[in-house]
Amino acid sequence: MQYTLLILVLPLLAFVVLGLVDSRWKARTAGTIGTTVMGIVAILAYYTAWSYFTTANPGGVYQKFIPFQMEWMKFSDQLHIDLGILIDPISVMMLVVVSTVSLMVHIYSLRYMEGEKGFERYYAFLSLFSFSMLGLVVATNIFQMYIFWELVGVSSYLLIGFYYTKPEAVAASKKAFIITRFADLFFLIGIFLLSYYTRTFDFDVLNSGNATVFAGTAGLSFLGLSLMNWIMALIFIGGAGKSAMFPMHIWLPDAMEGPTPVSALIHAATMVVAGVYLVARLFPVYYFFAPEVLHGIAYIGIFTALFSAVIACTQTDIKRVLAYSTISQIGFMMVGLGVSGMGGHHGLGYMASMFHLFTHAMFKALLFLGAGSVIHAVHSNEMNKMGGLRKYLPVTHITFLIACLAIAGIPPFSGFFSKDEILSAAFEFNPYLGSLLIFIAGLTAFYMFRLYYGIFWTKEYKHEHIPHESPLAMLLPLIFLALVTVFAGFIPFGKFVTNDGADYHIHIDLVTASVSVAVAAVAIAISTIMYRKENKISDRIVSSFSVFFKIVVHKFYIDELYMFITKKIVFRLISAPIAWFDRTLVNGTINSFATVTQWTSLQIKGIQTGRVQQYAFVFLLSTLLIAALIIFI
Amino acid sequence: MNYSSFLQMQEELSLLVVIVILLIYDIFAGEKSLRFFQPVAIVLFSIHTILNCIPHHPFEIAGGMYHYVPMLTYVKTILNLGTLIIFLQSQHWLNGEESINRRGEFYFLTLSTLFGMYIMLSAGHFLLFIIGIETASIPMATLVAFNKYTHKSAEAGAKYILSSVFASGLSLFGISMIYGTTGTLYFDDLSGLLNGTPIELMAFVFFVVGLFFKISLVPFHLWTPDVYEGAPTNITSYLSVVSKGSAVFVLFTLFIKVFGNMIDQWQAILYGIIIISITLANLFAIRQQNMKRFLAFSSISQAGYLLLGVISGSATGMSSLVYYLLVYMFSNLAIFGVVSVIEDRTGKINIRDYNALYSTNPKLSMVMALALFSLAGIPPFAGFFSKFFIFSAAFQKGFYILVLIALINTIVSLYYYLLVVRAMFFNTNDHPVESIKSDVSLKISLIICTVAILLIGGFSVVYQQIALLGFGI
Repeated sequence: MQYTLLILVLPLLAFVVLGLVDSRWKARTAGTIGTTVMGIVAILAYYTAWSYFTTANPGGVYQKFIPFQMEWMKFSDQLHIDLGILIDPISVMMLVVVSTVSLMVHIYSLRYMEGEKGFERYYAFLSLFSFSMLGLVVATNIFQMYIFWELVGVSSYLLIGFYYTKPEAVAASKKAFIITRFADLFFLIGIFLLSYYTRTFDFDVLNSGNATVFAGTAGLSFLGLSLMNWIMALIFIGGAGKSAMFPMHIWLPDAMEGPTPVSALIHAATMVVAGVYLVARLFPVYYFFAPEVLHGIAYIGIFTALFSAVIACTQTDIKRVLAYSTISQIGFMMVGLGVSGMGGHHGLGYMASMFHLFTHAMFKALLFLGAGSVIHAVHSNEMNKMGGLRKYLPVTHITFLIACLAIAGIPPFSGFFSKDEILSAAFEFNPYLGSLLIFIAGLTAFYMFRLYYGIFWTKEYKHEHIPHESPLAMLLPLIFLALVTVFAGFIPFGKFVTNDGADYHIHIDLVTASVSVAVAAVAIAISTIMYRKENKISDRIVSSFSVFFKIVVHKFYIDELYMFITKKIVFRLISAPIAWFDRTLVNGTINSFATVTQWTSLQIKGIQTGRVQQYAFVFLLSTLLIAALIIFI
Repeated sequence: MNYSSFLQMQEELSLLVVIVILLIYDIFAGEKSLRFFQPVAIVLFSIHTILNCIPHHPFEIAGGMYHYVPMLTYVKTILNLGTLIIFLQSQHWLNGEESINRRGEFYFLTLSTLFGMYIMLSAGHFLLFIIGIETASIPMATLVAFNKYTHKSAEAGAKYILSSVFASGLSLFGISMIYGTTGTLYFDDLSGLLNGTPIELMAFVFFVVGLFFKISLVPFHLWTPDVYEGAPTNITSYLSVVSKGSAVFVLFTLFIKVFGNMIDQWQAILYGIIIISITLANLFAIRQQNMKRFLAFSSISQAGYLLLGVISGSATGMSSLVYYLLVYMFSNLAIFGVVSVIEDRTGKINIRDYNALYSTNPKLSMVMALALFSLAGIPPFAGFFSKFFIFSAAFQKGFYILVLIALINTIVSLYYYLLVVRAMFFNTNDHPVESIKSDVSLKISLIICTVAILLIGGFSVVYQQIALLGFGI
């Protein structure tokens, strides 16, 4: 399986070539190169998946492969950073997800980004992002993962800020970078602590479930929490930053300032699930050595899911609705992992979470690309500039509807199956948690159909030009992803991805399934009554809950809270004194160093006379002096 | 006696062959074919470098007079590379009116000093060692006085030879005392016999100041600025890189091999020498107006940093020392390359003349700035990594305060290195240096240096290769 190295090398080469060429080639050439390379990568990824899933389970249990490994930096015999490729069920699944969505986005952007200034740069950045994300998923050790993790952060920063002349885009890219980087700091501390006590970075060793690896941490605790819990919590904070878990979710909605295909790639399907992937990658460590943290992850997940679902009900910018729904869905995945056990039936949550990651990537990319198609037609993100578009954008309409049904959890669309598994796992863990999740699923159905009706039904907005359907290059990815969304639910996912590698037979829990479908149906019905035709119901509800509504529209004032904390507390009470200290004391000391240095240097310049007999004298004198010092002292 | 064992000294022999071929060529070739003298010299020397760059098994001949360890191959290769780069940089200058008739001499003399350094590095006996050091010094003095009709060059030559003789005298005095107390001059035997009695300490100090002179450490550095200023610029760079580098390495090996029992004493001496060398040289460097004097003081302070690798006396210290030497060589030669071409074409040598160099010679300025950053130890250039390794070598052995002082001094050095950068990029000048069209060989040398500065730090392979041989002395 040596060829898997090409999956990383090709996008990197594409990035270098496109980045160096910049605008010297025609835009179309650059786009074609980027897309072709991604096409080859996707084919390689599919081939890898096919050959892996057909051949790698001789005893019914999937094996791990490391087809490529090189030592990069060696600190000691045990502790070294390697660069390699790890092939196991989840990395193969992620390869398929990343390359598929990336390919779709590449094709889609050929027309969506046509005529934009910096088209080549855009494709270079897309290649860089794909390279980083693919490198992240195949990492063989936590440090390699961290390197690619940061690369993902950088390329995401570059892509969000693609329209660098727009102040909002610049602010959003900075916000995304600073917040995720802040979270990564904890991740890095976690890595350092982990490697300090275990003397290894290797996932294979860490995930072996062998308690001797972690023997160094035994009995150590800090503030009443065991050291392993601290380490794994710190690592999770890194994941929470990238995956936009509360309270670090605030960058994701703003990141919608980037080009829409970028949102589909980064903020729906790939980068934002990196945190989920990280937890899944280290799942045995969490499960065996930090179970409290794992449960904490479940609670953070469900809170985030609820919180952002509520906000999503009130937003009017269609991309922001999708952004909040993404945060909410990632919350679902985190819950799945958090409630999971290890192996066999207990591993249901893990399997469900990965399944949901897969289906969600597909239908959420579809939703974003569909939204892009709508924005392409009406040149606005605001829902009140839309309405009645189903006549003008038939293909977009149908594919968008399919995706909405999938995310709402209506059978037989893929979202139903994966979400249902998460619900079952949650019910087994704690019935209250399960019930709350069903309620959130209902909310999801409600706001998604609010979005759907707001775009395609209700009263028609008077456009200056009649909106027209997008070109074929944009519709093909929509159709492809819609087909995947319709059929992906029937994939026997438990056969492929489980946390012990063994086969797990999925069976639908009829009670949970029927309850959740019923709740979703009711939610869609309410949404239909309120939003399908223009009416006053929603306004009346809003006015009767005006205070609450205002809070939600302002996203619970979390952004304002951050601003308050940073500007009023951090800047004024911490940064300002430090700045004073720096300016007067530190600078003063350094300046006085400089003054003293200058003065001394002026005083001693007489030593250098240029007379060679004097040099010899100094020479001899110094020799005698040193000899005397060394002998007599 | 079996003379065939001399054949094992392949590095020295191959260098000798190069020297002899060049000598014959220069004497017997006609005016026309002499046009190819310089390319031939460079090609021959490159072949010599390539042939001798692979380490082989350690051996001893002549009863331990001459010994070889794999690490020496790296050191000699570094010296070879430095010499090669200097050859590339001196092409245009040697073709000038004044020196064209003497270009042959330049090559044999330079190679002869190199030969002396080889002997000095491989010596296992004080006698051979002194022969090596003198073989290196005497041609060096003639090189310094190469522009004999220039007053400053002649003066520098005289100063160099006088100081050098004085230093050798002290060294020999020290060696005679060593012989007097122990009755032998073989390094291998001496290590067990020297125990740090007062007379031996005295002998040690007298001997070692000769090397301190070579490395130009404070207070044995007084000749340095005058000689550096007076000598032709390419010779100055040879002095500051090749001559100094070989001496530092020898110092390290002698300290460990011969004076290993006196480790406490020599560490104490080095402790003081490092601090005053770095600090005083930095203080002087700030004041300099002349580029070459400036670089002289900069090289004195760099020598102080090199000694940080020596003072640790450990395997890490040795590998970080060799690595530092390599990086220092590339950075310093890049700077000297630029300085020499500017002096050669325009005669300008003051830092003031470098004002607004960027506006007329952007490429030269960029190379120079990169090299200065590297010398100052700014990441991600190679100089940062070499400083990092050498500091950590000293740190591991518990020299915390020394490392702290060295660190503070890097800030001072940053200041004066950046003064030059500021001059080139930000200062204005009514009469900037005109745009210079550099010759091909200079370009090649600068490209090699630049690539090395940019890449050596990132490729851990280089350091690992050196570290692999660790304590091979």
